[in-house]
Amino acid sequence: MQPSDQVFVLLKHWLVGRSPAVMQPGVSILLTIVPILLIFPVLFAVTTVLERKGLGRIQNRYGPNRVGPYGILQPLADGLKSLTKEDIVPSSADRTVHFLAPLVLLAVAFLPYAVLPMGRNMVAVNLDSGVLFFFAIGAISELSVFMAGWSSRNKYSLLGAMRAVAQMISYEVPLLLSSIAVIMAAGSLSTVEIVEKQSGFSGIFPHWYVLTPWGFAGFILFMIAATAETNRSPFDLPEGESEIIAGYYIEYSGFKFALFFLGEYLGMFAISGLGITLFLGGWSAPLPFLTWVPSWIWFFGKLLGLIIGFIWVRGTLPRLRMDQLMNFAWKFMLPMALVVVVSAGAWRFLPQGVTRWLVSMVFIAAAYVLLARGVETRNKIAKRTYRFAE
Amino acid sequence: MSAPFIILAAVTLVGACAAMLLRGLVHCALALAVAFAGIGALYLNLGAQFLGLAQLLVYVGAIAVLIVFVVLLTRGGDSDSPPLSPAPRQFTGILVAGAIFAILAWAIFHSFAIHTPGMPAPQATIRQLGAALMESYALPLEVIGLMLTAALIGAVIVAMKEKQGTQ
Amino acid sequence: MTPLSGCLLVASMLFAVGLAGALTRRNAILVLVGIELMLNAANLNFVAFWRYGPHAGPVTGMVFVLFSIGVAAAEAAVGLALILAVYRHTKTTDLRQLIRRRQ
Repeated sequence: MQPSDQVFVLLKHWLVGRSPAVMQPGVSILLTIVPILLIFPVLFAVTTVLERKGLGRIQNRYGPNRVGPYGILQPLADGLKSLTKEDIVPSSADRTVHFLAPLVLLAVAFLPYAVLPMGRNMVAVNLDSGVLFFFAIGAISELSVFMAGWSSRNKYSLLGAMRAVAQMISYEVPLLLSSIAVIMAAGSLSTVEIVEKQSGFSGIFPHWYVLTPWGFAGFILFMIAATAETNRSPFDLPEGESEIIAGYYIEYSGFKFALFFLGEYLGMFAISGLGITLFLGGWSAPLPFLTWVPSWIWFFGKLLGLIIGFIWVRGTLPRLRMDQLMNFAWKFMLPMALVVVVSAGAWRFLPQGVTRWLVSMVFIAAAYVLLARGVETRNKIAKRTYRFAE
Repeated sequence: MSAPFIILAAVTLVGACAAMLLRGLVHCALALAVAFAGIGALYLNLGAQFLGLAQLLVYVGAIAVLIVFVVLLTRGGDSDSPPLSPAPRQFTGILVAGAIFAILAWAIFHSFAIHTPGMPAPQATIRQLGAALMESYALPLEVIGLMLTAALIGAVIVAMKEKQGTQ
Repeated sequence: MTPLSGCLLVASMLFAVGLAGALTRRNAILVLVGIELMLNAANLNFVAFWRYGPHAGPVTGMVFVLFSIGVAAAEAAVGLALILAVYRHTKTTDLRQLIRRRQ
């Protein structure tokens, strides 16, 4: 194992070793937490530039290009602006809840990183049930979104919050089910162990779960559900700038708004990280002759790849309607995810060879054809009728 | 009795009391979420990792959110009606609860069975838990699955709008 | 005070709080909340006995709590659905008004 691979681990051990004995546990904890608290906000800043530039290119314009060379210092300007803006709280707002909501969201956004292995031996806590921890923390963020929306006492923010919560609950089901397929195959809930299970090679192909039929379907379902969980386009109804202005954080200004923004992006990175851990082999190299590249480079490279995917999707697809969103979750994603679980079970118990590839593929393909057709036939072209809310 | 346990217990109890005492229904639901999270943290503190996380996932992520939804659907979110009952009934209720607490506390302090010296913590891995669920507790697991399905369908049917000719 | 009796004491306090709430609050949703708190107190007892009591098996207490959480989820879903259905008919979730209306 090269020292370049373990450079951060060794650095931490060296620093801990240099500190006085009484402080060692504290220093160790500090050196685990502080990098996470630094790296991901920096990644957030980089992503905002990347996103605005990328979206600009997709929409045939330049994107930010005034601050610094090529506009790469834009996040600094944004940060300064949000810091110096007045912090407005609506007079009818529920002050306590309104104040607590961004804090809860941010705390919850940072916690999942504790179980993400970002490189060989680079995980903050190797929990026995890491994946469950991830989802349990994610469940709390729903409540913080609701707190933000409700406490603002604004129709639009309440609507946005209800949309967000309904959407997050609906898409959590396929998200969990597609992860269960991986958990079944790996036989463990620990993120570290799941990555280790995927780090071998047969021939030149890595043992990533995305390279199995059920894993491929599961990965796509996972990423769709992840897009919905993080309220990103095309599932950005909770924000829906053109309909409900900014959704649940409409009444937040200044730094609190920036915190919401940060929390949202941190959630996106975290769930992408989980997707990488579960399906894309975590920190393992994609080809056997590339194992000399440090493991953490692979993790962050994959993360950047998924982020670019998110930006691309945002620039490409239009927003869904609420009923389309719900139909898609319950009538397509949920049954499909169940089939993925069954298919993963078949994969697990059939002997290695062509049979299990075929069986697994047939399961997925049959379900996909049947379900997709079901989705299609319901959309008969007819005169549009409107049903008004009571 | 370690310090973390006492802190978590205090958070849980304060959350529970707030859930039962606050006026606004939404505040009650949020306080309830705090209480549930506190109980989950207590499980973690007691070494039941899987349970603590499952508690967070089910209670905070599902039940508290469900309660919040129902509060808003029943327009309780902005009700100003006095939430507490008139004095006599309230007094009886608190008296009954206090009496039951007194009995329980008396039982706890006078039981000889639970004053045995601390046992070593049981070592339960997730693998063991899964094996137990799939082997010795397979039938109860199936029954729970069936019951959850029945509850799901039942809840949807009960809560569904009745079809009233013109829709 | 041994750790076990500490746990049991916390659980019984939680139970008493839930019971007091369920008996005194007028809103049906809050009565359900009180019942949920009582259920949680019972779960806490299970975990406490699993941790500190004589072991029946390494996971027995945990399995019990898992089943209990499942039952509580089902109970909450059905209970809240019933509250919604009642609300749709009577436009109130106030238990006293509901009782008065029935008479």
